[in-house]
Amino acid sequence: MNLYEFQAKELICRFGIEIPRGRVAGSAEDAERLARRLAFPRFAIKAQIHGGARGAAGGIRFASSPEEARVITGQLMSKPLVTTQTKASGEKVRWVYVEEAFEIEREIYAAVVVDRSKAALELWVSGHGGENIEAKAAEDGSVIARFPLTAVGSTATTGDFLGAAQGIGMTGEMAVKAADVFAGMGRLAVELDATLVEINPLALTRDGRLIALDAKLTVDGNAMFRHPALAALRAQTQVEEGDPKELAADRHQINYQRMDGNIGVVCNGAGLALATLDMVIDAGGKPANFMDIRTTASSLDVAYGIGVILENPNVRVVLINIHGGGMQRCDTVAEGVGVAMRRAKRVPPVVVRFAGNNADFARVRLKASGVAFLDARDIAEAMELVMAVLAKEAA
Amino acid sequence: MAILVNAKTRLLVQGLTGRAATYHVARMIAYGTNVVAGVTPGKGGRSHLDAPVFATVAEAVAATGANASMLFVPPENAAKAMIEAIEAEVPLLVCVTERVPVMDMVRVSQALRGTKTRLVGPNSQGILSPGTCQVGVMTTVNARAGSIGIASRSASLTSEVMAQTTLAGLGQSTTVGVGGDPVHGLSLKDCVQLFIDDRDTRGIVLIGEIGGTEEEECAAYVARVRPAKPIVAFVAGRHAPPERRMGHAGAFATDGGGAAAPKIAALTAAGITVARNAAVVGETVAAALLDHARS
Repeated sequence: MNLYEFQAKELICRFGIEIPRGRVAGSAEDAERLARRLAFPRFAIKAQIHGGARGAAGGIRFASSPEEARVITGQLMSKPLVTTQTKASGEKVRWVYVEEAFEIEREIYAAVVVDRSKAALELWVSGHGGENIEAKAAEDGSVIARFPLTAVGSTATTGDFLGAAQGIGMTGEMAVKAADVFAGMGRLAVELDATLVEINPLALTRDGRLIALDAKLTVDGNAMFRHPALAALRAQTQVEEGDPKELAADRHQINYQRMDGNIGVVCNGAGLALATLDMVIDAGGKPANFMDIRTTASSLDVAYGIGVILENPNVRVVLINIHGGGMQRCDTVAEGVGVAMRRAKRVPPVVVRFAGNNADFARVRLKASGVAFLDARDIAEAMELVMAVLAKEAA
Repeated sequence: MAILVNAKTRLLVQGLTGRAATYHVARMIAYGTNVVAGVTPGKGGRSHLDAPVFATVAEAVAATGANASMLFVPPENAAKAMIEAIEAEVPLLVCVTERVPVMDMVRVSQALRGTKTRLVGPNSQGILSPGTCQVGVMTTVNARAGSIGIASRSASLTSEVMAQTTLAGLGQSTTVGVGGDPVHGLSLKDCVQLFIDDRDTRGIVLIGEIGGTEEEECAAYVARVRPAKPIVAFVAGRHAPPERRMGHAGAFATDGGGAAAPKIAALTAAGITVARNAAVVGETVAAALLDHARS
């Protein structure tokens, strides 16, 4: 789960990392009222979205008065914010963060990440923080120095935090302060199961403070069982931001993502689903969705998932490509398909390819359930049948 | 001889008394796997599926000479169970558990360093050496003892490729699911290394998918050692929309850039034949074996 800046900052300051004083606002009036109460000489008004690169896209602005804070907030919230890290249509701005603006001496980049290929926790530090760190790092990897960390118990990490600070030219008390920030980030990562803790920039201010001006936090959805507060936050975020159909499918043990084509695609297993979409697109078809029936789905879960596809008015043909495994057998899927097709008001042509565990039984079962379908022996034949249905319809 | 599991495998099962374990282990025993012990904390002294149950892995190993452990342990306790087996010096662990927290896997990886234990998984369908030993939850209907080694990141595509290589008359020496999680044990590269040294394996199939850099690391290894056995790969997700990046530079390390195109390019450059699509992996490997025999 990715957190918003204001959520991430609230969490990092619990680990002894200084953040600017600020408040989150849900409307222009709200922003003005909060700015009046905060009474800083200058405010940073920051659009709260999940994607990064906000600065360059105009998502971070400055105001010198509460009135100006109101005007800017109104502008930021009036349309989706498009950055290089959002989808083309951008992200809706539902909140802005109003905080104290600082005179900055120097910007540092710091992150604690789980490196999947090394299966290890690392601290990443660069003296060249700020907006363009990605471009700089892509050009020259040595811009970011990496230090291995060791997770100790459930609340601590060890590593060369002071060395990391000195490595980017910090000395004396400032180096000790920076090392404390890095250690806090490591502690946060293990304590809250964060796979990414990123502070960019960690700003050295003119008055000699070290402040996290931005924070990015990704917490592991699989670790929610030991973080009830984060689990509640996730539940709320999902309802507010998720696609209701995708969420409902998820509750039915099905990974579903809607796409904009006309071929409904149903598979068991993410790998098979990806491979099947590849073949559909290679054949010149346009998938209406990605659907992966998980091993834990019952036949009624399957029926729900197929129902979602049959309800999609864009779908002209459905391709069901199932390779029954040890945990999800073909006949369970067949039963669900039968139920969904009998229930549906409108059923486009359905091409079915069953292979693997209980494939023959599944075919018999689906025939016996009284629904019409096109039976394919293998993937290649299934693909031909699908394209033939579409060609016939077009003719 | 196959790799990792064979007729000499003496398997203990952590979490044997659970419902899913009972169902799958019964099938494994019927397939011929030698299950010598179960471990369930608090249930030592009983017997389940005709195997003695112990409270700890160390006791089970001491009493039965188990040389591999399969874990059917819920995600909350999976890391603890893996570390217990590592400390008991079990040479091979196979973890099928899904949704193990990443930070727990970082701890398990720390525990693995410097030991002789090999970990397969988590979120793996397991290992199958057809005809001799099944340590996994896969279907065996289309498995035949034979000459192709399969290492895979995807359980569903393993079933598919297993069926295709059987249909092509080749069969499988061993199939290994390395697991679908970002941080896991044995890698595709490690499997290739084992298959190269295995006399029963005449050809190798690698099944990759988008995400991470495991295919690239495997390609780099193959390019370096230039194995004498033909290798065929398949990468799923060529047309998957590019993942939106949510962080800055750091998100890359965990989520991986992982598009299919650079993986296919790296594999091809290493001399690996990349199958055109998932339906033709069997015929592609059959052709590669013929080519190899001729040259």
